[in-house]
Formats: sequence, structure tokens, C-alpha cells
Amino acid sequence: MSEATRGRRRSPRDLVGGTPAETWSLRFDDRELPAQSGQSIAAVLWSAGILAWRTTRETAAPRGAFCGIGSCFDCLVTVNGRPNQRACLVPARPGDHVTTQEGTGRDDLAV
Amino acid sequence: MTTSPSDSPSAAARAFADLAVVGAGPAGLAAAVTAAGLGLRVTLLDAGERPGGQYFRHPAPGLGAARPEALHHGWSAFASREAALRAHVSAGRITYLAYHHVWTVTPDPAGSPGWTLHAVAGPDEAPATVRARTVLLATGAYERQLPFPGWTLPGVVGAGGAQAMLKAGLVLPGSRVVVAGSGPLLLAVAGSLAAAGARVPAVVEAAAYTGYAAHTPALLRNPGKLAEGATYGGALLRHGVRLLTRHAVTEAHGTDRVEAVTVARLDRDWRPLPGTARRIPCDAVAVGHGLVPQLELATGLGCATRPSPDATVALELDAEQRTSVPGIWSAGETGGIGGAQLALTEGEIAAHSIAGRPVPARLARTRTRLRAFAAAMAGAHRPGPGWTGWLREDTDVCRCEEVPAGRIREAVEDLGARDARTVKLLTRAGMGWCQGRMCGPAVAALAGTDPAPDRRPLSCPVPLRHLAALPAEPPH
Repeated sequence: MSEATRGRRRSPRDLVGGTPAETWSLRFDDRELPAQSGQSIAAVLWSAGILAWRTTRETAAPRGAFCGIGSCFDCLVTVNGRPNQRACLVPARPGDHVTTQEGTGRDDLAV
Repeated sequence: MTTSPSDSPSAAARAFADLAVVGAGPAGLAAAVTAAGLGLRVTLLDAGERPGGQYFRHPAPGLGAARPEALHHGWSAFASREAALRAHVSAGRITYLAYHHVWTVTPDPAGSPGWTLHAVAGPDEAPATVRARTVLLATGAYERQLPFPGWTLPGVVGAGGAQAMLKAGLVLPGSRVVVAGSGPLLLAVAGSLAAAGARVPAVVEAAAYTGYAAHTPALLRNPGKLAEGATYGGALLRHGVRLLTRHAVTEAHGTDRVEAVTVARLDRDWRPLPGTARRIPCDAVAVGHGLVPQLELATGLGCATRPSPDATVALELDAEQRTSVPGIWSAGETGGIGGAQLALTEGEIAAHSIAGRPVPARLARTRTRLRAFAAAMAGAHRPGPGWTGWLREDTDVCRCEEVPAGRIREAVEDLGARDARTVKLLTRAGMGWCQGRMCGPAVAALAGTDPAPDRRPLSCPVPLRHLAALPAEPPH
């Protein structure tokens, strides 16, 4: 779908109306992503079209949000240096720095 | 309303409540406000930040949604109970503890009849405990997933997951979303995604809706449910969504993310029929095969379970929502998947029972009627045994530990594993972060058994320091 076509499509915001109380930028790796107050980190990433933000331990396969309710742990991410946070549950906050998580997210403990 | 997890629990929370309710979804919320209205002092604990559970999941106030009800069916049922919750909290009859994930419930020592609920509170995972004379478990359900090649690709998401992300965060996984799996949730999800601007090329339903026909009396006694189905059907028609019954997504294609799916026609046993495969381009797939009751707190307490017609395990409950353990009640999806209206009804029944009041006949009748419909629905969407035919040897079944179907089949066929637990010990399937929530039903099917009830000593990750701080078990 072209950008022009997408622009004419309805959005979730059109459906529920209103405006967010506040918007800011979330730092994801080296990018700045637009965030709205009240969104989870996963929602901010999906808004930017990003569906994967970690790689698995065994095969380094890309993963992102799957169950959306905190059950599957596929959306684990490092938030402000703290690994293994469920992006679908953690609210995005101004000043957050979210980084792609590789493997267990505990490389610092490797021997 | 006390919603900030950083607030220290009030004196009321530390006190001995008449009733502790776990879960603020339809069942728990209805139970809490009904019980408070009947004079009980209630503590309501919920893992989420806002009441409503998964069904009434809605945007945070900061997102400024003017019409959150646009994403819901039956929003007034939630709005009235949320208003009642606020009133009871203000009056001190309900202590509402949001962002409190209860990880275990333990009986108090003999002689002090009551229960202690242990929770992990807030993003800082602070320890919290609540004591109560009775407990209502309204822990709901999570989605059942049957794996297929490519289902770990980014862009393949749970159908309920897509719905949850849309309801709470106002986001879509893609612009062209195939909805697939089995169960009535798919129609609701497809309708929401389309209303929110996604293109939905198809809803791919593995069951045949003719499965409901065997239960005509249950259908005729539930005109509301039929009307609900017609509403979803009408929405799909309006948005130009095709409904393919007795079809399944048998593969998702792509490298870094999904780019297309293969859809195939199924026989009666859900076996893909040769020569029927075709490709549908898409940039996301929302997939789910019904819901699984979330029972670990109940089974940890020893509550009896029973098999459901949809091949999941549910709690054994009496007409007043009592479990087999005296002092423990349960309501909603834990007693078998039945939807929000049934959950609201059962929550109110449980509240009356716990308060020692007669259950109004109207509630009992509604429960009977909706349970009959739920049984018809569960039977119609029970996975056929042939679904394992679309797995390849290298298809990951356990997403966390990346265990492919071939290794699980090897454990079953060569090493003699006869159940999911033995498969886990031999392959690590189900041993990762999700503790088998995603792969459990699939592993059980590959092992040739029905799923066993959830047995997880901890229902969520718990910092070791909380376990270390627990009082020692009294000597037996």
C-alpha cells in the first residue's frame, strides 16, 4: 500500500477520537520514535512499524510482541539498561531508552 | 481510587478482608462490586493498570480516547461496574490494588480460617500480601496457539494479542492483516482491525460453523448471542472481509517479517487437503485457536478440574461457583470459556454465595442458558487431530526454548514420552519464560494426550528476594 493510500485509510485514532494528553520521543537504540502518554513500549514500537526488538538465545531469530497480554514473554526488551522487561506491559515514559535485547539480555554476566 | 502501585497499601488492605478477588475483568469486577453492595469488605487485586481485564481492556487516560466504547461490545456493562467500583473505593468498602500480580495463595495455619495472597506489585516488583476470609479466583484465560511453519516470524501475532494492543495502545501490527485460527473471537478481532483501518483479506476459520447445528436448542435459547454473531458478520461484510471456514493458515512466509501466508482447505479432522493451498499476501497475521482457562492459582490450592468440550481444562464448580476447596470460589473463564456476559453473571452469583445470600433465580437461569451456548461453541471449535499435519520437522513448537516439532516427535516416538511433562524433561519444550503457556496444548497433542491442568508453582516471575522473605513452613 502506498503512503498516499494509507493516508486515506481510517486509523485507530479516527475510530476512538480525541487526542493524547502528551506526546514525546522515545529513544529506541539510535532512533527517536514518537510516543503518546499511556502507550506501552510495544505500542510505541508498533506505531513506528517496528515488530521485532529482540533476538532469541539459540538462533538469534527476531521477535517482538506476540500475545500482547504478558503471557508469552516474546516481547522482552531492555529498558534503561534493565533487561527482560515485557514491552507489552511496561508503559513508555519520557526519557526512556529502549534497546534491542540480544539473547538473555545478560551478556554482562557472561564468563 | 487507589491505582498507583507506588502508594503503600492502605490500612484496609493490611486488614483481614471478607473477600479477596483476584482479577478485575468482567467476573472479578462484577463480583467485587456485588459483594461490596451486599456488605462485604472486599480487596480486589489485578495485574493490570486499569480494571476491565482483557475483554474490557481500554486505552490509558493519557491517550485521550474520546470514544473508547467504539472498540467494545457491551461497554455499558463495564462502565456501570467501574462507576460502582469507584463509589465503593471512595466509601472504603473495596480496596482496589491495581498492578498487583498474585503469584500464589496459601491457607493460613490451622485454627485461623483464611487465606494469604502473595503478589508482585508495580514495575518495581515490590512484595505485597493480602489476607482474607474467602477468595474468588477470576483469573480469566489466555489464548491457545497451534503452531505452523513461520509462526515465529515478526508480524505473526496472537489474535487476542492484536485486539489487546489495539484496545489499549490504539495500534495495529500491519496494514493488511489475515485473521486465522478458530473460535468466535476471530470475528470480533477481524471486525475491530477493519474498523480501525486495517485491510483484512480473510478470516480463516478451521472449524465449520455447521458444528453449531448439533446444538440448536442452545442456540435458540440465546438470541442475544446469535444477534452478536450477526453483528460481527455484518461488520465483516461491510468491510469486505472474506470468511473462509474449514480452512487454515498452514505456513507464514517472509524473512525478517511476514509477507504472505499459505491457506489450505481442511478435511473434517483439520488435515490440510492436498492441492488446495494458495497464497495470500499480507504484512501481519493475527492467529488464535480459542482460549485456555488460567488455573495455576486454583490448581496450586488443589481445586478439582474437569475436561472441557474444547479440549482445555476448566475448574469443577458447583451452582454457586464454589471450587472443591472450601473457602475458594471461582467465576468466568476459569470454569470453562464462555465469554464476558457469562463471566459477569457468574461473578454476581459468586458474590451472593460468598455473602451467604440466596442466588437470585434470574442469575442462575442466565448462567444455565449461557453455559449451554458455551458448550456448543466449545465443541464446534475443538481442534481436530489433523492440525499436526501442517507442522514440519523444523517448525518451532516451543517459542521460548526454540524446540522444533521433530525433536518433540523424537521424544515421543523414540524415547517413549507419553505426556507433555516428559517431553519437557527430554526437550526443554515448555521450560522457558512462558512456562508452556504458548506450547502446552501443542506439545500435549504431539504426545497424544489431552492437556493436563496448569501446574505452575509461581503464576508470574517473582524476585528471589520475595521467596527468601516468606515465613518458614510450619513443621508437619
